Amino acid sequence: MKCDVCDSEATVFLTQIINGQMTTVNLCDACSKAKGVTDETGFGLAEAFLSQPPPAISAETTCPACGFTAAQLKKIGRMGCPECYGTFREGLDGLLKSMHKGTRHVGKVPHQIVTQNALVGNLGHLREELASAVRDERYEDAARLKSEIDLLQAKLPSHA
Amino acid sequence: MRFTTLIKHPADWMKGSGPHSDVVMTSRVRLARNLRGFSFPGYSAERQRVELLELARPCVESLPEMTDGYSEEYTGLTKIRKQVLVERHLVSREHAARAAGCAVVVDRKQSLSIMINEEDHFRIQGIRAGLNLRSAYALVDKADTALESMLPYAYDDRLGYLTACPTNLGTGMRASVMLHLPSLVLSDQINPVIKAVGKIGLAVRGLYGEGTEALGNLFQISNQHTLGEKEGEIIAQIEKVIERVVSSEMNARQKLLEDSPTMLQDQVGRAFAILRYAHILTSKEALNLLSLLRLGADMDLIPNCDRSLLDMLLLEIQPAHLQLSAERELSPEERDARRAEITRARLQMLTGPSNVSASNSTSEEKPSDSNDE
Repeated sequence: MKCDVCDSEATVFLTQIINGQMTTVNLCDACSKAKGVTDETGFGLAEAFLSQPPPAISAETTCPACGFTAAQLKKIGRMGCPECYGTFREGLDGLLKSMHKGTRHVGKVPHQIVTQNALVGNLGHLREELASAVRDERYEDAARLKSEIDLLQAKLPSHA
Repeated sequence: MRFTTLIKHPADWMKGSGPHSDVVMTSRVRLARNLRGFSFPGYSAERQRVELLELARPCVESLPEMTDGYSEEYTGLTKIRKQVLVERHLVSREHAARAAGCAVVVDRKQSLSIMINEEDHFRIQGIRAGLNLRSAYALVDKADTALESMLPYAYDDRLGYLTACPTNLGTGMRASVMLHLPSLVLSDQINPVIKAVGKIGLAVRGLYGEGTEALGNLFQISNQHTLGEKEGEIIAQIEKVIERVVSSEMNARQKLLEDSPTMLQDQVGRAFAILRYAHILTSKEALNLLSLLRLGADMDLIPNCDRSLLDMLLLEIQPAHLQLSAERELSPEERDARRAEITRARLQMLTGPSNVSASNSTSEEKPSDSNDE
């Protein structure tokens, strides 16, 4: 039997049952290592391997952060960097629906993000107060609010 | 800690026992995590991986759990040593195949291991004996929370933790349970069980072997979905399913004992005899026979046989462990001989299946069972 990737003799035959659907992938030794299918802690590999990029993305799309292309995404079924999820976001939902229970994360949130979200909320609030202070010509209040905003802003990561 | 010190001691999960230890060998939970501003390891240049390693490794080593732990960069490890770490479930096969920019940090008890630059920047893994996913999760959750306070994680409000492969998005969590299901295999009930588990979104795979063949009657059940569910919900669902698989296996064991005691005694007895006296044992034969012996031990068919003795042996006779103890590379033939030698030695202290209890328990059905007249 031939390898599904490179036409060499297949030596690894992976069968997975996902949601009652049986998927079989035949790979040669080299490709199985490259795909990591012999890694017993890896999962959903057949799915990852067989998945196609969403059709909405053109083959020329390239991630501005890392240079990863849609063609590479199609070939390896994995992203190049975290920013790629923004670059290739179009059509991603369809792909996610086929792999997961939902398309929105509901689990653990890093404390950094929790704090950051609270900061962003506070900032919004302070900016509104600043605007109204300026409108009412309460310049002392405005100066105080401005310095509070600057302090908070310094705590946020630069690109947040 | 040095490599030799780490390996000399059995891991906590090998010594201890947990809930349903007679069927559930281990519970493992791993989290996939990545840093903002770095390409994923599969796509980054060696220089970037080394840069990330230099930034991340001191943070990982500084975790309180990792005090007096083992930390090693892959460029400093031989092929056999890496393979030993794979056989101990401390690193993945895929990670072991990598070199520059990759490292692993393991705690003293070998319960927590953190791989740097695997498919994701971090793979944080916790392992416990028996059915104990909650405890394994608590372990990795704590390490994860400590790490995120030191390093900028790649996280998206909608997609959760961003991972190299979209199949890991969201929680980045994979919870898996390793099960020993000899009776379901012996009584031909394993396929419906696998199918049923597969239908509810969990993945089932054989631990060793390829395709559908599961060596040593060992199976691994894990969650397939990581996005759209909370960690606690995923774990609770798996535990519920595992409880049912465990009771199916226990029922099958009881039924074997009631319906086919002679067959059962025969299988366990033959397994013991071959393992106790063989001089050549392939990996496959040893795994399958040890599985039967473990079944015999669990069902008290072999007196005074401690399950952990067999679980340790299972590890000791794997290829890299054999070569490590021989302190050189061994040909497959040499490994088979050494595997048999170690097995004979370890089983020496056992008295073997009790013949008295066998004749007592099978006396009533003996006429119908013997077909040699």
